[in-house]
Amino acid sequence: MEIILLLFIFVLSGFLGFELIAKVPSQLHTPLMSGSNAISGITVVGAILAVNTSSDNLSVWLGFAAIVLATINVVGGYMVTDRMLGMFKKKGK
Amino acid sequence: MENLVNLSYIAAAILFVFGIKMLGHADTARKGNQISSIGMALAIIVTLLSQGLDYKLVLGGIAVGSVIGFIAAKRVQMTGMPELVALFNGFGGLASLLVGWAEYQRASHTTLAGLDIAKVETFTAAVIVLAILIGGITFTGSLYAWGKLSGKLGGRALTFGGQKAFNALLALGIIVAGVIFTLAPTAELAYPMLIAVIVLALLLGIFAVMPIGGGDMPVVISLLNSCSGLAACAAGFVIANNVLIVAGCLVGASGLILTIIMCKAMNRTLVNVLFSGFGATSQATGSASTGEMKPVSVEDASYILEAARNVIVIPGYGMAVAQAQHAVKELGEVLEANDCEVRFAIHPVAGRMPGHMNVLLAEADVPYEQLVEMDDVNPTIEMVDVAIVIGANDVVNPAAADDPASPIYGMPIINAHKAKTTFCLKRGKGAGFSGLENALFTAPNSRMIYGDAKATVSGLVAQFKDS
Repeated sequence: MEIILLLFIFVLSGFLGFELIAKVPSQLHTPLMSGSNAISGITVVGAILAVNTSSDNLSVWLGFAAIVLATINVVGGYMVTDRMLGMFKKKGK
Repeated sequence: MENLVNLSYIAAAILFVFGIKMLGHADTARKGNQISSIGMALAIIVTLLSQGLDYKLVLGGIAVGSVIGFIAAKRVQMTGMPELVALFNGFGGLASLLVGWAEYQRASHTTLAGLDIAKVETFTAAVIVLAILIGGITFTGSLYAWGKLSGKLGGRALTFGGQKAFNALLALGIIVAGVIFTLAPTAELAYPMLIAVIVLALLLGIFAVMPIGGGDMPVVISLLNSCSGLAACAAGFVIANNVLIVAGCLVGASGLILTIIMCKAMNRTLVNVLFSGFGATSQATGSASTGEMKPVSVEDASYILEAARNVIVIPGYGMAVAQAQHAVKELGEVLEANDCEVRFAIHPVAGRMPGHMNVLLAEADVPYEQLVEMDDVNPTIEMVDVAIVIGANDVVNPAAADDPASPIYGMPIINAHKAKTTFCLKRGKGAGFSGLENALFTAPNSRMIYGDAKATVSGLVAQFKDS
């Protein structure tokens, strides 16, 4: 049953995603890409859960490496997007 | 406690949804990015409240990753943006691969904690394979794309005999190993099969991106972006975590939409972009252009510009390579001071990633009202006195409109050849990435200005200031 629920969530968020971003002005293509790229770093949550004291050594270190990589993705992605969007200015500002 | 965590995940998902929605509109984009980052912080913080975490390693890992991410984001030049996005993408993919692997390792080894090896269900095994497969392809594919973008591996498409058969074999190997693993995730054979999937997926990422040329990079980058989301999504299925599924799926959808937009802007299908090896040959078919390229000196060009009242600038990857965006902005200013209307016409696939030119011009402080899209500029292009093409090639190649034999026939272009006069700034006389002759360069109203784009544009500005 849980599997079905997860799939249900998956399908709905897929449709939601398509509806949300159906039309994006081209000047926002790069920020949208790097901003959503930062969101894909959400996998850091899975990585944190893997670094559990009850886990064996190998999975802990795999999780640790995943935390580092995903955090680079998250922090770098959000910051660089913010930097980029800060440069998009209107005339006269 | 469990409920608090899950409620917070819902809140985080809502923040992601609003964040992405706001990212799609110019006025709200920056705020949207901040909102989605708050969602991320929330998701991470409540996860840290879980039982039994090894905090030294968890916080250490977050600290190390934050510092690296911080430095990379602060240091990067706007011209290096495509490389950085590709690199971040790859890291996200690898992280998802590792999460899938770690989860299998944990489940298959922690017999003591009551999670004995038989607990790996078929469904979990299948999504572990998916997380590893998508994550692995995303990782090495992005790394290879990064190598191409930074010029370390050469921008051209690389093809070799039997390449498609080789890639098909890799894919087949992944399917076989994946199925064997999924059907018996607790058997002795399972672990070697999983390692095989990891290795083959990493190889496939490299060989899939190899035959794709530099000009098709906008498609590849957005597709890899989509994949990094889907990998996170698959990792979410592995650990049965909703927020990973929702966030990963949103990213997957947005990346896919961008990919489709990019393909449409080239009038090609995704299959064609991925598998055709476009741009591998140095001279593609298509009628050879007739006529001479007519060079013009910077001085003469500036006289023509002085008389112009309506100018459009059409930037391409060459502007990024020459880092000419600041000089271009200055040229725009002196022209405007001379009572001339200046607009920047941007093709959706100009450059090496979606929106590449917009980012560069924004860095140079060009207000975005001055940036116009292809469809807005084409209907009135006959009124334009001078179109200045800076390092763009295929996106202004008239063969796309009128030569059915051309490989890029049907691709929408900016009709620079219909402007009264066209200046083409070009490094040398060679063909562009796709190896195609460009009839624009030999058109009667075209004048070539050879040399480094930045030097040329600065030269034009200097001429104006002197006169």
